[in-house]
Amino acid sequence: MKILVGIKRVIDYNVRVQVNREGTGVVKDGVKMSINPFDEIAVEEALRMKERGEAEEVVVVSVGPEAAQQQLRTALAMGADRAVLYQAEEEIQPLAAARALLQIVQAEDAGLVLLGKQAIDDDANQVGQMLAALWDRPQATFVSKLERSGDTLKAMREVDAGLENIEVDLPAVVTVDLRLNEPRFVKMPDIMKAKRKPLDIKPFAELGVEMPPQLEVGAHEPPPKRQGGTKVESVAALVQALKDKGVL
Amino acid sequence: MSRVLLIADHDGKTLNTGIARTVACARQLGNVHVAVFHAPDGDAPCAAAAKLDGVSRVLSVRHEANGAPLAAVLAPQIARLAAEHEGGYDYVLAPSTTFGKDVLPRVAALLGVPQVSDLMEVIDARTFKRPIYAGNVITTVKVPEGIPVLATVRIASFQAVGEAGEAPIVAAQAEAELPTHSRYLGLAESGGSDRPDLQSAPRVVAGGRGVGSKENFEIIFKLADRIGAAVGASRAAVDAGYVPNDMQVGQTGKIIAPDLYIAIGISGAIQHMTGIKDAGCIVAINKDGDAPIFEAADFGLVGDLFTLLPELEKALDAAG
Ligand SMILES: Cc1cc2nc3c(=O)[nH]c(=O)nc-3n(C[C@H](O)[C@H](O)[C@H](O)COP(=O)(O)OP(=O)(O)OC[C@H]3O[C@@H](n4cnc5c(N)ncnc54)[C@H](O)[C@@H]3O)c2cc1C
Ligand SMILES: Nc1ncnc2c1ncn2[C@@H]1O[C@H](COP(=O)(O)O)[C@@H](O)[C@H]1O
Repeated sequence: MKILVGIKRVIDYNVRVQVNREGTGVVKDGVKMSINPFDEIAVEEALRMKERGEAEEVVVVSVGPEAAQQQLRTALAMGADRAVLYQAEEEIQPLAAARALLQIVQAEDAGLVLLGKQAIDDDANQVGQMLAALWDRPQATFVSKLERSGDTLKAMREVDAGLENIEVDLPAVVTVDLRLNEPRFVKMPDIMKAKRKPLDIKPFAELGVEMPPQLEVGAHEPPPKRQGGTKVESVAALVQALKDKGVL
Repeated sequence: MSRVLLIADHDGKTLNTGIARTVACARQLGNVHVAVFHAPDGDAPCAAAAKLDGVSRVLSVRHEANGAPLAAVLAPQIARLAAEHEGGYDYVLAPSTTFGKDVLPRVAALLGVPQVSDLMEVIDARTFKRPIYAGNVITTVKVPEGIPVLATVRIASFQAVGEAGEAPIVAAQAEAELPTHSRYLGLAESGGSDRPDLQSAPRVVAGGRGVGSKENFEIIFKLADRIGAAVGASRAAVDAGYVPNDMQVGQTGKIIAPDLYIAIGISGAIQHMTGIKDAGCIVAINKDGDAPIFEAADFGLVGDLFTLLPELEKALDAAG
């Protein structure tokens, strides 16, 4: 079985993101970029499945800017076998990304697609579900435990009520949650080795994706600021303050 | 008037508390029908939905396969209703619970339209505000004309509607070819306690890594019980195994808006704060006076939680 992992290049999760001066987007100049943290977990899971003999090949794909090569190289250094970048400099919204991934999944004849549960830039949480719908295959979202037995997968999902188990037939789309695993660190020799692994760059247009209607993205603004910062000196003062506010 | 289809989140017995908040958003957009997909014995959620102010009709969609919340089974039925029921709907909404987030994008893809995730404010019929970058940025998005608007509604952004309504409950058909490739096995673990529900409780007490262990977490539960609060936790506390995952608050946990939130031994990472910034009043107890949580807290108390919490309980007892 071939596993396809979707990777998005996003602003690193440690960066405090700022709206740009014009209010048309966020400041990206000189800002650290990384693999979407959930996607790193997806890569790790794919590698573990391969190491257990449950998959033969791990292919990482990204639809995005030329610079996303860096994130694909990181995934190769983690241990992925090969990478494909469909280069698109403009913003790709979730439905377009899902249609693009569908083309890739079918061309690669993948048996399992592992994605992050959400990209931490747009926080959409859509692509996996959309891909599964278009592919007419099962979805297991927000997964924190995954077991393959033969042609089925047992997935434990993190839901509002707790943890839920479902079983799906392969091929399937799985979106991963934070507690699924802890991604490995890449070591220097792995980075060197990754430089020789195949990374194909192709134009997005080559996928022949019919562009769906897109949301028109308008103004960006910082969230309303909370008036905080007051400290109280003692427990008694705290209780009094809460009583005065009428919340206790 | 525009027609709004709201997909109910329920467990067969009770309607998710987020639905009353989602209705508050939905009724700003048009005439609201709530669709309840259920198996033969799920009448209670229909009755609960019919009571919500602003709901004009409840569509009861009964099917053997609808006993479990499987997106692959529900999405084709929802898409069918959305496109065809009495001429179709202008809006299809779901709460931004894990159920809504799982199922609605699948519907959007079947309909070939984009989805607005975490709708937090209605600007006009097709223009909305939503958070991105873990709530550090708010964007305005517009859904192009000529297609239905699909959105998950950020429930913490809306006040629940009242329960004086009396909408008729009508049986609806949503025939679609249903897949057999997905099977529900059941809940493996649930917080299932007698404590108030984290997503709707007016008071929440939450603990972080600073609490130190599963055993120590008892003091958080004790304080919560003392003031009738629900219990939450940071991701670090969940990862360390102090409490189950359904108690996590934040970007990838629950987004909540209680009147009072007491954060104990929580540093205040962006991903945590995004889950609580709509709280009425935030209290932080932390031994590090420079912890970022204090910037957002209405009342901060610096000190060791293991000395402060027993003191707090005493003070509460004294204050009655
Ligand atoms: C993609 C992504 C998503 C995430 N989603 C979430 C999310 O949904 N929710 C979430 O919470 N986090 C989330 N995180 C993690 C987040 O970045 C932080 O790591 C986490 O919130 C830290 O939890 P904490 O505050 O409990 O722990 P810490 O940051 O370790 O803070 C512990 C605090 O306890 C205090 N303390 C220690 N001992 C005591 C004592 N005896 N008395 C008083 N105070 C004490 C310390 O001073 C410290 O401030 C996410 C991270 C990523 C990358
Ligand atoms: N442009 C992209 N290229 C590759 N994978 C993507 C892309 N966009 C999203 N994904 C995958 O889909 C997941 C969910 O993204 P989203 O629905 O945008 O929150 C991400 O974690 C990635 O695994």
